[in-house]
Amino acid sequence: MQVTSRKFKENAHDAMQDENLRAALGRVKQGFTTARANAAAELPEFEDLRDQARDIKDHVLENLDYYLEYFEQKVIEAGGQVHWCSTAKEARETILKICRDVDAKTVTKGKSMITEEIGLNKFLESQGVEPIETDLGEYIIQLADEPPSHIIGPAVHKTKEQVTELFYEHHQQYGYTEREEDPEKLVGEARAVLRHKYVTADVGITGANFLVAETGSTAIVTNEGNGDLTQSLAKTHIAVASIEKVIPTLEDVSTVMRVLARSATGQEMSVYTTFSTGPKRDDDIDGPENFHVVLLDGGRSEMIGTELQELLRCIRCGACMNHCPVYHAVGGHSYGWVYPGPIGAALNPQMVGIEEAIHLPNASSFCGRCEEVCPVRIPLPKILRYWREKSFEQQIGPKPQRWGIEIWGFFAKRPWIYRLMTKTAVRALKLMSGKKGKIRSLPFNNGWTAVRDLPAPEGATFMEQWKKREGK
Amino acid sequence: MDAKAKILGRIRKGQGSEAAVSNETADILSARIKSHARGIIPKRGQIPLKDQIALFQKKIEALGATVAHVEKAEDVPTAVQRYLADNNMPSRVKITPSKEVTDLPWGEIPTLEMVEGAGKEEDMVGLSPAFAAIAESGTLMMASGADTPSTVNFVPENHIVVLKSSHMRGSYEETWDMLREKFGEAVMPRSVNFISGPSRTADIEQRLIMGAHGPKELHIIMVNDDA
Repeated sequence: MQVTSRKFKENAHDAMQDENLRAALGRVKQGFTTARANAAAELPEFEDLRDQARDIKDHVLENLDYYLEYFEQKVIEAGGQVHWCSTAKEARETILKICRDVDAKTVTKGKSMITEEIGLNKFLESQGVEPIETDLGEYIIQLADEPPSHIIGPAVHKTKEQVTELFYEHHQQYGYTEREEDPEKLVGEARAVLRHKYVTADVGITGANFLVAETGSTAIVTNEGNGDLTQSLAKTHIAVASIEKVIPTLEDVSTVMRVLARSATGQEMSVYTTFSTGPKRDDDIDGPENFHVVLLDGGRSEMIGTELQELLRCIRCGACMNHCPVYHAVGGHSYGWVYPGPIGAALNPQMVGIEEAIHLPNASSFCGRCEEVCPVRIPLPKILRYWREKSFEQQIGPKPQRWGIEIWGFFAKRPWIYRLMTKTAVRALKLMSGKKGKIRSLPFNNGWTAVRDLPAPEGATFMEQWKKREGK
Repeated sequence: MDAKAKILGRIRKGQGSEAAVSNETADILSARIKSHARGIIPKRGQIPLKDQIALFQKKIEALGATVAHVEKAEDVPTAVQRYLADNNMPSRVKITPSKEVTDLPWGEIPTLEMVEGAGKEEDMVGLSPAFAAIAESGTLMMASGADTPSTVNFVPENHIVVLKSSHMRGSYEETWDMLREKFGEAVMPRSVNFISGPSRTADIEQRLIMGAHGPKELHIIMVNDDA
């Protein structure tokens, strides 16, 4: 997809003026965080399971080459094929070729972030193959021609009224000529429209939450059941997954499963977890005739052995964005690429280049909630700091910003001057505020004080107070 | 060089080695896979069968499914008929062609029309046997096969599952061992489905709405065969 991360500031500014988005993000903040907290509290073993999930993923990354080849061997034994793709372009072309080989006109799709990453829909359309998203959220944003704004709730930014309008506009051809406002009926409408598409599609494309090395299975996790219909009713099933999704055994998958849904939606298990292994068997009366796994690298292999390797533990639950005050404020589209929130801010600079994504690692207050809730304990703040250092070293940021950091660095390395400066500043600010205790405008900081007053510091600096209380 | 070699090459370079893993490491990793070593198993499922059944029912009912109990398999047709009548559902039922369910005395309920086959668009009710169930999270495990087409689990509007209480387990791990016992080491049926309740979505303003794409209702008839 088109990268607009460079415009993060403008995107964020616009997002904060959008009333619909504010309401939607309020629901994310409330709904997901409470549900996760409850699910975690319900399971005494939850924290230990997170440690184990982290260790399993680390073990995989240390032996990724072995497990990928093992997985491939098992897929072949089950009668399927594995296609290795270094780049998004290779993946798109591989998928197109599979579609062409079966003369595909339409393709149903289960939810897959990797197909978003490689921009599959637009590409297939340009080649005369019609992709049909079947996950309700993905379907809504496909009708709206928008990218997802959340990795598990792609249409989380849309209001019911907007869905009403989208369905009214696009469903008239199916005989739905009234504006439907009841959400239950809207879901029913999408169900009815998509029902027949599953059966008539030539190819079903899904993502994969796990690739099981032991058995050569791909696994998907859904609540709607759309992924299952997608992959069992079309003649060809293509599972698209990135290389780090491989997991050694069914036991390992069970451990990771226990933290996935709880972290994502607060469910103990998603409604459907489906393991697919190879095409239909000789005596089966249903199932796809062809089974393909498209394995995407997409820059991930280059992260192995680097400071970024830990990002490859990610199981795409979305907990980091659900708990992120910056995501709550600006929403998913502001990040300007497929992955929003803290994971996006940490991953996108690698995927699209730090020059393009420079604002993202800076859009963080380092509150650390993302790391606190990450089921596989990815040190997201540490990685964001890594990117800040990188962009400073490579002199990518705007000059005033770099100078600012250099000046700050000068003082920070000389504590006695730093203390003197802060002491002076605190007193100067207090003088400026007069009796009101607030500063209405501050030179060089008009952007900040234009919309609010700066509370003036009262009395002493932190270090002075620390000293006075003898560090207590 | 093909993409596979390039990808593996980059991974190995990152890992600080040029070649594939040594035979020794490969043996260790392959032994790890074959050992089926388990991680932490939540204690909540490690309880006597009777309590597992109660936990399973509590969990899956909370997820919107319904559960009925019958004393013996022969009672299933009556329970199906009662469920369909109580819920105003049509009496034509798509049933998986597996002896386990087709051999039941359907003839005793002449109003029921049991049609064997895979799930089709027009099916309003599907019926299939569960391979196992997991108490821990209120989850059914379905295994596909020539006589258990997985589409019956997903395509019909409503889904009835026949579950033997003796197939209840505490954790997912125990059901993987059941699968291995039936299908063989590292051999999977084409499709294994964990099902925890009827289909749902929260994609419109995070409101929970049942019946997105899969079955709108999930009804479990548990045959008490563990005594």
